[in-house]
Amino acid sequence: MRFIFKTNYAQDIHLAKHGGHVFWYSLLVVLLIAAPWVIAEYWLAQLTFILIYAIAGLGLMLLAGFTGQFSIGHAAFLGVGAYTQAVFTNMGVPFPIALALAGSLSAAVGVVVGLPALRVKGIYLGIATIAFGFIVEEVFARWESVTGGNSGIHIKSPNLFGWQLKSGEEFYFLCLVITVIVTLGIVNILRSPTGRAFVAIRDSEISAQSMGIHLARYKTLSFAISAALAGIAGALYAHKLQFISPDQFNIIQSIDLLLMVVIGGLGSVHGAFFGAIFLIAMPQLIAMTKDYLPAVIGQAPGLQSVVYGMVLIGFVLGEPLGLYGRWFKIRTYLQTFPFYRKGMFKRQKAFQKSDRLK
Amino acid sequence: MMHPTLLSAKNLSVRFGGVLAVNNVSFDVRPGEVFTLIGPNGAGKTTVFNLISRIYTPTTGEIEFLGEKLTDQAPHQIASLGIARTFQNIELFEHASVLHNLLIGAHTQSKTGFWSEVFFTPKVMAAEMETREKVEKVIDFLDLHHPRDSLVAGLPYGVRKVVEMARALCTEPKLLLLDEPSSGLNVEETDDMAFWIQDIQSELGITVLMVEHDMSLVSKVSDRVLAMNQGEVIAMGTPREVQTHPAVIEAYLGTIDDVSSLRRTA
Repeated sequence: MRFIFKTNYAQDIHLAKHGGHVFWYSLLVVLLIAAPWVIAEYWLAQLTFILIYAIAGLGLMLLAGFTGQFSIGHAAFLGVGAYTQAVFTNMGVPFPIALALAGSLSAAVGVVVGLPALRVKGIYLGIATIAFGFIVEEVFARWESVTGGNSGIHIKSPNLFGWQLKSGEEFYFLCLVITVIVTLGIVNILRSPTGRAFVAIRDSEISAQSMGIHLARYKTLSFAISAALAGIAGALYAHKLQFISPDQFNIIQSIDLLLMVVIGGLGSVHGAFFGAIFLIAMPQLIAMTKDYLPAVIGQAPGLQSVVYGMVLIGFVLGEPLGLYGRWFKIRTYLQTFPFYRKGMFKRQKAFQKSDRLK
Repeated sequence: MMHPTLLSAKNLSVRFGGVLAVNNVSFDVRPGEVFTLIGPNGAGKTTVFNLISRIYTPTTGEIEFLGEKLTDQAPHQIASLGIARTFQNIELFEHASVLHNLLIGAHTQSKTGFWSEVFFTPKVMAAEMETREKVEKVIDFLDLHHPRDSLVAGLPYGVRKVVEMARALCTEPKLLLLDEPSSGLNVEETDDMAFWIQDIQSELGITVLMVEHDMSLVSKVSDRVLAMNQGEVIAMGTPREVQTHPAVIEAYLGTIDDVSSLRRTA
């Protein structure tokens, strides 16, 4: 068991709450830095994808998990970032500047998409964002002079002011650095007044407003940050794949992104990473176990979709807080051993909210 | 005091479709007093609250707070003017800790910019520590040390009521609107609530405007009481005066001989 003896308010504000945090996160960073020398190139590529999806996931987590605004068109922001990066990189713009442009343009588009969020919420916002996703996908396909239409577009390798990042290892480190910066930025926002305002909007708009939180401003800001991160992830995604076409940014991709944050665990930064690991590792696991299953199941078409669907249903029913929620329970069990009680995380029925002010 | 009245409502009316929820209501709240609105269900008390916190806009009439017209302000600007409120059915941020809720209450005092927050500069750190110290004072005041780090979703109803009041105090208000502070509380908790309201008035010097049904609480803490029925003011004065006012008794109990008088105003 660990008891944290608090003697200073700063202890609640610091990111590392105790020595264990420092140790484990340092170990994680060391392992991630050592990864290119330890694991094979194929797995390093998968790890790179996990980092890329985690960046997009962090953005969507901020929007859906912390601000309570669901977007089912997030692949569109990924696409805006990817195409912006592709077009500028092919024009010879250095990587950091192209990345900043990709992020900014996505953020600008995010602000526009955020406008309906000021009026509608819940499922209606979901519908509005789906529609937006379709529009953007269509623009990618039709605007041939810029995007190359359905035949797609090739993208040159990233150019860091003359230094060409050609190998997978170099690109992995680039993604790692960006992921670390983005993660620190997000956790910093979350422990500041802005992050608290997001949580307030998620839990009760009416009282957030009466606490002086400008709903329109913060909702727009949340959409902008979320879209910017998706844009950055899209830019890295484009570099990783070296080829992008409109069908990579369709509704399936949007659903994958949403699935990622829901399975990872809404309302936790860890959840974005757990979700990204799940999203990348699951197809691999399915592919690996396929050969050991009876042919009727193993070779059945749509096996992956069925497994995904079942896992999602399982999580929604059994563990609404996702992988992070499960991890949190295991950790609490270990930390409080042997005092863990079965009902510790039992959700209490919320008190009835009659005539909630809309 | 510069202003003899802190808040003044003049000829307030609000109409929802065919329903005249508040009809020509005028009252003044003086600085430092506890002013209570009473009346049967549907009298329009909470609507008056929602008019003051700008959730609704009055059809006619005006509200002035420290000489400023509230109708010119956006809903989120009300808190920074110095008006905080609680809700009848508790509107806390359920999936956050008590401390987190109170820190959100201190939102109007935050001055840090977005980019400095992204990098969590020393300035932001200092501001966070300052906010925390302010919040801890409220925690001390309302004795919320014990549930400080627990999630609101798991707290009993009585504690939530106090947390909601604490959150309102964290906005450093000049006027505190309490919408039925004792609803759902047991006798002891209601007594505690009475003490706290008196302390808020006497120690913090905050003016309180509340809606309340529990007459023992009302007469214990209120300086003045305004009774409403069907959207109209029927009586105003000290708790005793209002309680014995014939129109108030009639509004609550009715009269035996004259049924039509139910629709009559005093």
